Order: sequence, then C-alpha cells, then structure tokens
Amino acid sequence: MYAQLIKADTSQREEDAARTQAFQRRIDAGEKIEPKDWMPEGYRRTLIRQIGQHAHSEIVGQLPEGNWISRAPTLERKTILLAKVQDEAGHGLYLYCAAETLGVSRDEMTEMLLDERMKYSSIFNYPTLTWADMGAVGWLVDGAAIMNQVPLQRTSYGPYARAMIRICKEESFHQRQGFDIMNQLAKGTPAQKTMAQNALDRFWYPALMMFGPPDSDSVHSEQNMAWKIKMNGNDELRQKFVDLTVPQAEYLGLTIPDETLQWNEEKGGYDFAGPDWGEFFDVIKGNGPCNKERLEARRKAWEDGAWVRDGLLAHAKKKARRAAQEAA
Amino acid sequence: MTSPKDDSSSTNPQAPQPVNQLANQPTSQNEWPLWEVFIRGQHGMSHRHFGSLHAANAEMAIKNARDVYTRRNEGVSIWVVQANDITASSPSDKGPLYEPAEDKVYRHPSFYKIPDDIGAM
Amino acid sequence: MTASTENALFQCLLRLGDNTLILGHRLGEWCGHAPALEEDIALANTALDLMGQTRHWLTLAGTIEGQGRSEDDLAMLRDVWDFRNVLLVEQPNRDYGHTLMRQYLFDHYHLLMLHGLCDSSDSRLADIAAKSVKEVTYHAERSAELVIALGDGTEESHRRMQDALDRLFPFVGEMFETDAIDETMAQSGIAPLPSSLRPAFDTQLDQVLAEATLSKPTDDFAHQGGRTGSRHSEHLGHLLSSMQWLQRAYPGAQW
Repeated sequence: MYAQLIKADTSQREEDAARTQAFQRRIDAGEKIEPKDWMPEGYRRTLIRQIGQHAHSEIVGQLPEGNWISRAPTLERKTILLAKVQDEAGHGLYLYCAAETLGVSRDEMTEMLLDERMKYSSIFNYPTLTWADMGAVGWLVDGAAIMNQVPLQRTSYGPYARAMIRICKEESFHQRQGFDIMNQLAKGTPAQKTMAQNALDRFWYPALMMFGPPDSDSVHSEQNMAWKIKMNGNDELRQKFVDLTVPQAEYLGLTIPDETLQWNEEKGGYDFAGPDWGEFFDVIKGNGPCNKERLEARRKAWEDGAWVRDGLLAHAKKKARRAAQEAA
Repeated sequence: MTSPKDDSSSTNPQAPQPVNQLANQPTSQNEWPLWEVFIRGQHGMSHRHFGSLHAANAEMAIKNARDVYTRRNEGVSIWVVQANDITASSPSDKGPLYEPAEDKVYRHPSFYKIPDDIGAM
Repeated sequence: MTASTENALFQCLLRLGDNTLILGHRLGEWCGHAPALEEDIALANTALDLMGQTRHWLTLAGTIEGQGRSEDDLAMLRDVWDFRNVLLVEQPNRDYGHTLMRQYLFDHYHLLMLHGLCDSSDSRLADIAAKSVKEVTYHAERSAELVIALGDGTEESHRRMQDALDRLFPFVGEMFETDAIDETMAQSGIAPLPSSLRPAFDTQLDQVLAEATLSKPTDDFAHQGGRTGSRHSEHLGHLLSSMQWLQRAYPGAQW
C-alpha cells in the first residue's frame, strides 16, 4: 500500500515535470496560456499576485487624482480629469476580471487589499497637494506606468495580455494630459511655474521608485522573466524613463531635482541618482505619507457600499423568483 | 487565496467546464455574478467578446456593460451571458475538435488561385 | 429679441447650466468611492454627460449676455447669489441612497424639460437639448431602475431609500415653480413652463415608487430659493469654495 502510494507520487511528479517542460516550451514559442490550460502552481500564484496588485494600484490610484476633481480649475480640465480617473476604475475592473480567470474572486482580492495581505503601487501613498500634481502624476507617474505596461501586452497569460492591450490603448491620452497641464503651468505666471517645479521636486524620486528596486536586489526576477510575466529588468526601464523624461523637463524649463544628473556619452544615457530605497521600503511597509488614508478610503467605500451591493442582489433574486412563479 | 483547482480538470480532461468555473466560487455569499460581455461595433461585424464584469442580474449587466465597455463609442449592440452558463471545450479537445478543419484548406479563399485579370473577388 | 426677453433667456440658460454643473460636480465627488467598480464608472459617465451639457449651456449663456463671459467665468467667478440651480442638486451626496434618489428625482424632471426644449423656437437651445436628451434618457432609466431595485431590495436598502425620499421630497416642488422668467420663455416658445411638466412627473414618480415599495411623503411643502438665487442652502457655498478655489486664488491665470 505504502509502496504503491510512493510509486503514484513519483509518477505524478514525473508527469508534472514533463508538463512543466511542455508549458515552458509553449511560452518560449510565444503561445498564450489560457485560463483552462494546465499551468504550474507557481505561475498561477505569481500571476494572481501581480495582476491583483496591478488592479489594486488602479483602484487606489483613483484617490490621489480624485482628490482634485472637485477643485479642477476649468470645466474642461475637470471633465478630462474625471474621465481619466474613471478610466483607472475601468482598468482596475479589466485587471480584476483577468485575475478572476485564475480562480480568485474580486471580492476575495478586495478583502486581501483591505486587510493588507496584498499590496498596491507605493506611488499612490504620496499626497497630491496642488493642481500641478495632476500634471506631475500624469506626466511622470503615468509615463512610468506606461513604460511597464507596454511590454506586458506581450505577456504569456492571455487574459492579462488582452487587458493590457485595452489599457494601453485607453491610457494613451493620460500622459499627454499630464504633460499639457505642466506645460500650461510652466509657461504661466511665476506662481504657476513655482507650483509646477514644486510638483516635479516631490514626484521625481517616487516616480523612479515605480520600477522597483535595483535588479541586483530584486527577487523572483529570473523565473518571472522565463514565464514572460515580467518582461524587462527594473534598471533597464528606469534608465529608459530617465532618458525620455529629461529632455521633456528641459522643454518645460523645469529642473529635475538631481544635481548628479549628467549625460553619459559612453552608455548613451543619463547618469542619475537613484531614489532613497529606505524610504521606498518604509512606504511599502505602510509608513508612506498617505498609506493610512488610502486604505481608510477604500475600506469606507467597501463597507458603506455593502448595503447597495446586497440590496441590488436581493432585488435581482426576488425578481427572478417572481418571474419563475409567473411562468409556472 | 483559493487552492489550485486545475487538478479537477486534469482528472477528467474531457469534461466540458464553464470558462470561469474557477472564478465563481466567491468567499462572500453576496458577490454579484460574473458576466461575459459581447459587443457588436459600428461596422456590422458580429458580436465580439469584449470582457467581463459583475452585476446583480442581466438587466444591470447590460447597463454596466454600456457604461464600462462603450465609454468610447465602441458599440451598438450588447449581449451579456453569465460566465457560469458558458460551456467551453477543454484544452485537450483542441486536437480532435480543430485539427480536422486544418485539412479542409478548400474552405479558405486563399486555396484558390484566381487569375489576376479577373479582378477582385 | 427685446432686452427683457434676452435677460430672461440668459437667466433660463443659467438655470439649465447651473443645474447640470452643480449636480455634475456632486457626482464627481463619488469618483473612487462608489459601492462597486461598475457603479463608480457609471456614475462618472453621468457626471461627464452633465459636465458636457453644462459647457454648452453656459457658453450659450455667455453669448446671450454679450459681455464676453466664458463658461469658466460663469462657473468659477460668480458667487452664490448669482447661481440659479435648484436646491435639490446642491444637496450633499450623503449615502449612496440619497445620491441615487436625488439623481432619480432630477433626471425625470430634466428629461421632461429637455423634451420640451427640443421643440424650442430658438434652434440653439433645441440643438443642445437634442444632444442632451439622448444622454438623459439613459440617466433616467438607470436611476429609476436603481431606485426600484434598492427600494425593493433588503430591509436596510428599503429603509435607506425611504429616508432619502423623505429627506429630498421637499426639494421636488421647486423644480416646477413658475415665475416671470418662465412665463416669458414660454410665451416666446423658447422653453416649456415648468409647471406644465408636473403631471407627467407625478405619474411616473407614483409608478416608480410603487414598484420600489416606497411611500411618497404626504406633506407637499417645497423649499424655494435656488432657481431665483434668493436663498441657496449653506451647502452651495462650500461647494463653490472647492470648485472655484484655484480661479479665486490665482486671478487671471490660464490653466
């Protein structure tokens, strides 16, 4: 009996090893993995964590910008900002749906966010203090996000890749509207220019943090790259972001708050100072300037909304019951 | 986090299962069901799968689909179907179901060589 | 057009534009905080529609006034006494039930008004109304469906919707008040008399409330003072202090 069990266990393991190899071959061949396909448990778990965190980031990311919808300076700016923050809700929704195909429900993921078992991007724990922050968030934060997201359109998991394609298409205006706000402020009154510079000063390093810690300190990277869940190294994307952004700041006449920033002819890119990683890990741990407020806001929305969600469901059930009775 | 559920499909790979069977086991009893959304766009194409969403019933699912998936004027006709109600082929059916069709190249227009001077066909 | 008709038209356009502006602003306050993602997105759509309509109405108002005021001058640089929205739309969001009830009550008035305006003798108004009526038809359908569902949902949702109705019903009457400005508009065929819309509103309201298992308050007292600007609620001042803050703090700046 015991021997039999061992034998069964061994053959199961051999079978899994064969499947894992076949799985990797599919990914290497550029095939998409779909919800019902066999996948290694690690792949599934990593994806749930990554897509879930991405979804949470969109939802929590509504808050710092939503903070200015009521105070946008013109009707046009108000409309654009509202449409943009609404898009973020949509992106969160697409991503939750992609994660749901992996066997986790949206409610479960929400609960994991609210009791801090799951994370969201640290950038959204920084406060938006002025209207220029709407510019800086669009220009720098969306700019950095897009850099991460564009390659993910080619990620190996079908539902995730499809969600990213839709998101990237819709995001195309987000960074532009941010830059447009900055541009208007940078060429505006002296006070407006000060406002713009102040926003850049506060958001520059947090934006650099968005690419994650240096590759040398980053765990899980290799396996995730083999699985095509992670497409590029953190440092590579950060460098690309800096190289693209510096000339834009120059165009705006704003100063990037980095005295060491310098063009390096040899590497064909800028040398720049990295962010304070101690601060990064503090924020991740929950000690960012707005962590408490962000989670509080999400918890309040979730708890205050429970009666609405329950009420609509209760009515739907009653209605279905009545329809069934009439048909009978 | 839910435990891996794909083992059940590996014991009987032939059994058809709902596409999102894995997603429809919410911890909360009160989660709105998941709906798949199909939209026909402006150009007379057939309905295409656009994505998913949650709603309490079909009527609200249609409305939510309008709000979520046609924000940029993408659609003129919306279908919704509860994800639970979809029966899908399982991956291992892929061979028997689709491979025979690969032989029937005559079903594809490119099989036929049309002389250039005939013009568009 | 005589000077007095023109002035009445200007006031009429402010009433239309301020209603959509203030309600759109209120709905914007929900963005990121709604009970479900789908609701968050849907509510923002309604807000976006209302903001779009506001821009048409206020731009036209500025044109009629002829003093070079833009939509933003009108939205951002008037003080409370110059606002012409009904009191209903400046009521705070409170819980989602109040927000939906306020929306439902306004949507149905709004829809009837826009249907009337589609036949306006002034094509500029008729054009804006024709575009808006499509959007508002959907708003009205959605808000009625939600009021019915939550009225007929759980015990708690029923109670909350009844509370919201009781609280907001005293603001219904003002939407149908008719004054000299309305008379002038009706006589020139520019806009329907608000009082003429009441019977259709009541019929629809009774139907929806019955389905929602909610009871219409018996007291028909109606607060007044929004659409004439004679006495807004305290809520409007706070709303303006957010909405207008940047324009007030940095006079003359371009954004």
